Amino acid sequence: MAVSPSDIEKIAHLARIRIAPEQIDSVAERISDILAMVDQMQAVDTDSIPPMANPHDAVQRLRKDEVSESNQRERFQAIAPRTEDGLYLVPKVIE
Amino acid sequence: MHTLSLRELADGLARAQFSSEELTQHFLKRIAAHNPTLNAYITVLEDHALAAARNADEMRASGENSLLLGIPLAHKDIFCTNGVRTSCGSKMLDNFIAPYNATIVDKLATAGMVTLGKTNMDEFAMGSSNETSYYGPVRNPWNTNCVPGGSSGGSAAAVAAGLAPAATGTDTGGSIRQPSALCNLTGLKPTYGRVSRYGMIAFASSLDQAGPMTRTAEDAALLLQAMAGFDEKDSTSIDCAVPDYSASLNHSLQGKVIGVPKEFFAEGLSDAVADKIREALAEFEKMGATLKDISLPHSHLSIPCYYVIAPAEASTNLSRYDGVRYGHRCDNPLDLADLYTRTREEGFGDEVKRRILVGTYALSAGFYDAYYRKAQRIRRLIKNDFIEAFKEVDMIAGPTSPNPAFALGEKVDDPLTMYLEDMYTIAVNLAGVPALSIPAGMADGKPVGLQLIGRDFCEGDILNAAHQFQLQTDWHKQFAPAFA
Repeated sequence: MAVSPSDIEKIAHLARIRIAPEQIDSVAERISDILAMVDQMQAVDTDSIPPMANPHDAVQRLRKDEVSESNQRERFQAIAPRTEDGLYLVPKVIE
Repeated sequence: MHTLSLRELADGLARAQFSSEELTQHFLKRIAAHNPTLNAYITVLEDHALAAARNADEMRASGENSLLLGIPLAHKDIFCTNGVRTSCGSKMLDNFIAPYNATIVDKLATAGMVTLGKTNMDEFAMGSSNETSYYGPVRNPWNTNCVPGGSSGGSAAAVAAGLAPAATGTDTGGSIRQPSALCNLTGLKPTYGRVSRYGMIAFASSLDQAGPMTRTAEDAALLLQAMAGFDEKDSTSIDCAVPDYSASLNHSLQGKVIGVPKEFFAEGLSDAVADKIREALAEFEKMGATLKDISLPHSHLSIPCYYVIAPAEASTNLSRYDGVRYGHRCDNPLDLADLYTRTREEGFGDEVKRRILVGTYALSAGFYDAYYRKAQRIRRLIKNDFIEAFKEVDMIAGPTSPNPAFALGEKVDDPLTMYLEDMYTIAVNLAGVPALSIPAGMADGKPVGLQLIGRDFCEGDILNAAHQFQLQTDWHKQFAPAFA
């Protein structure tokens, strides 16, 4: 299936990736090529085949909801771009 | 020392022919001499490695004698290493100092192994040539105009050139096996869930597995032994006993049935590779195994299926890189949306962006059933092919890669052609079964890899077959001439 430049703008917004306007057309072309290849799947009737999410059909293992890790906020925030008083700083969201 | 196997190095250390410090110095010197040409390492840990080596020597002096004690190795830069940059080959993580160790990094350190450094890789493991790395391409030691394969290209080149005796890799669609094939190594992708993924930066979580890249099957058995096992911290880890992989290496192949899928010898396979693979298969017959023609009828759907599932999972996994908690952040963001979108525009390379966009599309409203659900149904058909085949055969054999190493730049601008390089490896990840690649000959001076695929959790069977093959052949002993 071919995607249009405006489709790419929508997908890029969903993915929160800026794509320079001059690149939109070439990205649309590349993505369309990949989707055309992927479309080989559509020739196969899979209505009776249950989807497989895990190659062992395993489900997520659960554990008791207990505290198992110690707090390491300073350590983890040491690698953050910007923090203050234990908080991560981002541009103002609410005026 | 740099051409010896892990087993030989272990013997040398045990007999005090050399110390771990001498061994580590030797590899560090080789890295200093050859890494500028090969670009196999992103980060070299000289001080850290020498300290670990001295510590190993002291432990040995005080009576400790575990097999891997004091042997150096390299880690793919996808594994978190406490206090050390873990870049995943991306500008996004160029400044990321991991605050903890991946489970396998801990396990191999506990076994006494010495980390030489972190190896180059395709960005976020997305690539088959190591050309998508932010740190530049890696060169193949067998021909420095060629790619080493990918995504674990740095690990492959490091071991093939004697800049490490072994390395770790990860394999989502062939990223251990294909570079192993192109660089004349033994590389094993274990069963999904066999080796912990904790601390291994996620690409496609239902496919990713870590494994060893070594010179011999015997070494792969040793390294897998130290890596495998259940891990509470990985919710996809499987609690299944780990057998003694070295103990089964010498079993006879008499009476074993090896399936040869006709789909692996169809259009797309180069003649040079086909010839070497047929010769290798004949070698197995000489050892008493029987070859049986089989079919994996949905093989042709593995690339389409993979290029929905892997990008879909990647788009989800890579949503964490938002410029807020760690990693790259754009300068002077105007607002939060600008922070996210520009950070990700600057931090990700073209191939990673492409896959995130494909994955986002496949998961978006209105397309989820036609793409993601559809691919998951096809995935079951592919798994069922293997289940059916393994009712009749003990293992499956064929080429690892359709071509030997190709030239740098040859396919990098044509993603669809590049994707075809993984046509024989991807189905294995979708099915979750274990597989390895071993050296099977040379085509125009470039290595050719044979792939052996086993039943779920039967790594021991394919390691056994690989070891028996290596007792009869010497392809695995050939060393890249320019780096001997």
